[in-house]
Amino acid sequence: MAEPTSSPATTHPADEIPMRRGCPMRPPAEYADLRANGPTRMRMPDGQPVWAVTRHRDVQAILASPDFSADNRTPGLPLIKPEAQEVLDNPTFLRKDPPEHTAERRTLIPEFTLRRVRRLRPGVEHATAGLLDEMLRNGSPADLVESLALPLPSLVICQLLGVPYSDHEYFQTRAGAVLSRSSTPEQTSTAYSELFAYLDDLLTRKQRHPEDDVMSRLATEHLKPAGDFDRETVIRMCTLLLAAGHETTANMIALSTVTLLERPDLVAVLRDQPDKRSDVVAELLRFHSIADVIPTRVAVRDTEIGGVTIAEGEGAIALLAGANWDPEIFDVPERVQIRAGDQRHLAFGYGIHQCLGANLARMELEVVLPAMFERLPGLRLDAPVAELDYKYDGVVFGLHSLPVRWETPA
Amino acid sequence: MRVTANREVCVGAGMCALTAPEVFDQDEEDGRVHLLTDNPLDEQRDKVREAERLCPSRALAISG
Repeated sequence: MAEPTSSPATTHPADEIPMRRGCPMRPPAEYADLRANGPTRMRMPDGQPVWAVTRHRDVQAILASPDFSADNRTPGLPLIKPEAQEVLDNPTFLRKDPPEHTAERRTLIPEFTLRRVRRLRPGVEHATAGLLDEMLRNGSPADLVESLALPLPSLVICQLLGVPYSDHEYFQTRAGAVLSRSSTPEQTSTAYSELFAYLDDLLTRKQRHPEDDVMSRLATEHLKPAGDFDRETVIRMCTLLLAAGHETTANMIALSTVTLLERPDLVAVLRDQPDKRSDVVAELLRFHSIADVIPTRVAVRDTEIGGVTIAEGEGAIALLAGANWDPEIFDVPERVQIRAGDQRHLAFGYGIHQCLGANLARMELEVVLPAMFERLPGLRLDAPVAELDYKYDGVVFGLHSLPVRWETPA
Repeated sequence: MRVTANREVCVGAGMCALTAPEVFDQDEEDGRVHLLTDNPLDEQRDKVREAERLCPSRALAISG
């Protein structure tokens, strides 16, 4: 492992959650104490008291429990970033409870099944090859985020949804603003409205000229009067898919690259043992736990979690990195290793809101990571690990950029 | 061993089909759990138990 690096000092109160990572390659060191302590009273950035939950079993319990709401409109739901009221009042299904959540999620399940994802694989392999061809044409050095980590998931989700990739700059900028904790409520709200307007217009085009994509199916089969959903609901569904399909996988590709560059043994496994690729990817997902602070909940009735009673109306944050580094479940959690067949990590969350795109994300990572090391000989970082531009302010952890070099044949 | 799957709570994560593909599939139409057998073979038991633990919506139940 590289020397642990420290992020620049900040002046957050010791009991504030989310915490800034000390070393970007691991969860905040304080999580170990939180796990030992069990559910702990802390504060959200806006001062709201919250239960921080870190043990694997407690995180699973809370996220599987019908006694907790994920809905923005339930009083007391903890906010990881300041939000405009209008955004809070109009959540996507990630922030809705049954039965609303059930109806929307069910509509989209068929688009993300294992079977569907297997059918998408050749297209992902083709897109990966195309991006790597372009990197080789443009030559070393390059920014891996700009040239591969972000465009690949972006191309994939655009194709799936039926969004023209040529507009990627427009929606990537806005999705980035929505997902940054540095954005003011006004900035988030503006970005969100612009994304909404863009997709509103696109939905109209899909209604007139449907094609073989998710947005067209929503437009022709699920939009009133033919279907059950009003226009706004459908647009918000698309907003979530577009934003979630980008940022998360892009961050995983970039961070995984940093980790794998220090582990030639795992690169060799990816190269030589295709049947172990899913284990390597599962471990990278566990290790980086980029969506650590996403799952916030509020109790709708008094509930016992990990030996404490969380009272009705009290908020909780189920810290995925806490669960994924729980030594009771994962032996030597700080060591990236092949944990054969172990899918117990909670990188995609747990419960009814577990990531809908998980199968797609896993497949993309299984395709892109081996291909990248195969096609870019002598791949290495072009900056010290400590000086990389990490997304300390992201709702999802990751890298803004990743300068890399590789060997160019003479 | 008997296994049952509750399609009403299933959220289509596909963890069961990923873990024990001989026993679980995702329905071609709606993507929710589809049982290929409700009486798994002895050699499938561990995988079925693992699938039950991994299911995010706790849609699977095992008896016997």
